[in-house]
Amino acid sequence: MKRINVKNINRTQQSKKMLATVIALCAIMMLGACKKKAAPPPPPPPPPPPAPTASISVSPDTIQQGQSSTLSWQTSGATDVSIDGIGAVQASGSQQVSPGESTTYHLVAKGSGGTQEATTRLTVSPPPQAEAPAPSPSEEDLFGRTVKDVYFDYDKSDIRGDQQGSVQADAQFLGQHSNVNFTIEGHCDERGSTEYNLALGDQRASTVKNALVAAGVSASRIKTISYGKEKPFCMESNESCWQQNRRGHFVYQK
Amino acid sequence: MIDRNLPMRTYRSTILSYTVSFRTLHNGSNRMDDGRKIFSHCALTGARLLSALTLLILFSSLFAASGFAQDWVRTGSGLGVDKVRLAVPDFKPSSADPQNAALLKTFNDTFWNDLDNSGVVELVSKSFYPLQVPGEPTEITFPAWNAPPPNAAMLAFGNLAVVSGKVTVQGWLYDVKNTASPQVLGKQYSDNATDEAARVIAHKFADEIIFRLGGGIPGIAESKIYFVSDRSGHKEIWIMDYDGSNQRQLTRQASISLSPRISPDGSRLAFSSLTKSGWDILMYSMELNRVVSFPRFGGTNLAPAWSPDGTKLALSSSRGGNSQIYECDSSGGNLHRMTSGKGPDVSPVWNRKTGSQIAFVSGSTGLPQVYTMEADGTNQQRMTDQGYAVSPNWSPNGQFLTLAWIRKYGPGEPGSSDIYLMDIASKQWVQLTHDGGRNDFPSWSPDGRHIVFQSARSGKEEIWMMLADGTKLHQLTFTGRNSQPNWSWK
Repeated sequence: MKRINVKNINRTQQSKKMLATVIALCAIMMLGACKKKAAPPPPPPPPPPPAPTASISVSPDTIQQGQSSTLSWQTSGATDVSIDGIGAVQASGSQQVSPGESTTYHLVAKGSGGTQEATTRLTVSPPPQAEAPAPSPSEEDLFGRTVKDVYFDYDKSDIRGDQQGSVQADAQFLGQHSNVNFTIEGHCDERGSTEYNLALGDQRASTVKNALVAAGVSASRIKTISYGKEKPFCMESNESCWQQNRRGHFVYQK
Repeated sequence: MIDRNLPMRTYRSTILSYTVSFRTLHNGSNRMDDGRKIFSHCALTGARLLSALTLLILFSSLFAASGFAQDWVRTGSGLGVDKVRLAVPDFKPSSADPQNAALLKTFNDTFWNDLDNSGVVELVSKSFYPLQVPGEPTEITFPAWNAPPPNAAMLAFGNLAVVSGKVTVQGWLYDVKNTASPQVLGKQYSDNATDEAARVIAHKFADEIIFRLGGGIPGIAESKIYFVSDRSGHKEIWIMDYDGSNQRQLTRQASISLSPRISPDGSRLAFSSLTKSGWDILMYSMELNRVVSFPRFGGTNLAPAWSPDGTKLALSSSRGGNSQIYECDSSGGNLHRMTSGKGPDVSPVWNRKTGSQIAFVSGSTGLPQVYTMEADGTNQQRMTDQGYAVSPNWSPNGQFLTLAWIRKYGPGEPGSSDIYLMDIASKQWVQLTHDGGRNDFPSWSPDGRHIVFQSARSGKEEIWMMLADGTKLHQLTFTGRNSQPNWSWK
């Protein structure tokens, strides 16, 4: 208690001193201004002590629960180095860590030239439940890569000549992957009326479905939905954008 | 404006032509009787006679003009006849309650707007009013009103008092040219002293005046407009007063909800919404304030429409393949198909007067066109000859369709979608909006004098309203994107 009181008194005295100094400085400056004389340039400040540097890294930066990783750090010009969660450490060094969950290591290096901080993050993943899946692409990836959307002319729901190829290729893929269920979304461009466009989008989705069924895809695998002009892919008002929006869009059904 | 020297016989012949025309317009004897009752009731000053003719002139001038329909023709209720000059000085405060000023302002603003929007009177500019305005009958100085500059035929005035949490409004309508027996209407309203109550009282009194000066057709100041708004982040169904006040959200489907249609009695709201199973017709109870059960039909189901007796719904469904018009009971039972073309057929609407016909949109010949058919699906008639025609809506008197139409459609012809009015019998049409971007989904007011619609003329889709001759255009919504307005039946 006593020490705190003393400190407080000291602080009060210090602040009084500072106040006096500031007032004195102001007075000097005002006097200087009155005399219209330039004040003598202040002496150049002594070169500041170099700021400390700090870096920290963890390798590897991703581990599974139970494994360990190596934390390495380097600092210079610091007198006081600590890492949150570990405590005070040497200026440079390394340490094995094995946290139970993902952790961010925060290094603080204090020196006469200032304070420098650095952080690194170790991601801890839960132990694998089972053998990881084979790296070969999933059926959904193949679906997304292979099945092509079908594009339409304005106010039309029949499949135009240049889209027949897409439909045939889609039918072939879907025939080979007979366990894949999917939705065909009918979309329209922004022109025209909300209600009519929903009916038109419905017609587009049905047309694509019918073409696939005709090519041998089972109708029970196909759902259709119309979005009309409610969910455009492209928001600009020009023909290239409108063409993007007039389509039958395939969505993989999980 | 008033020729007091007109011989009596001239009055009679004009009355005769009025009642005959009224029968034609409303296609029913009840209305005509009402109109006649009003007339025998009122002392027949020339001013009233002219006011009663307003609607007749409105439509007759529309169709006189439709012969030259390709041009921008100015039509209006002011052609060849003046509307009643009505002076509406601000109502006066009659109590010192601190709430008085705020409620009085709400009342005065609402009351003035209602009368101004009605299309049946000409409001005398306030700058012509004498300095001393009356708050009750004893304060009237007739010469200050019935002679120029105000030269008013009618004067609506009164006072508003707030006393211990209650608001009381006294209002009068005076025929100021008839100084011997000037009172046409005297009313007193009381309610809890809220802003909303002041608004409702203003609507009620304005409707009383419009009913008397507008040929006996009830006013619309208490009607509602249902619409779609995305301001919650999803397209949901909202409701507002006819003047744009009191906007509030009804549905919370958190999906896409469209095409609100209120039942004729105002108790249920049918709409289409994207559910887990696809586009379904949903039913919202205005009494329970929630969605109530309604059968799912399968396929894409859109745009429900009420029959005028409220017992049936027409809608479009693709449950059988192509989108076709279906009909079912208002409970969703007894669903059956009415059209069978290659479609898509969508947006049905019943003849609101007779219930015996349905107008709808079909793309069976290419670009969508408006058709009519009998309510049993027979006798399909194509109404529009070209372009892109959608969103038909039937006038309350059953004679006219309003629709959204891009008449000039084609490559290099961007074409604007405008609101048109079409006479069912002759298929003659007149264009109501001009040079105003994309306009769609017109819906008639219950009095047949106004049309509300969606327009992107401000840069984004908002709800606008106009008189049925295209004048008095003004915007009702300003927040978010708002579309597909549907006016209540009464």
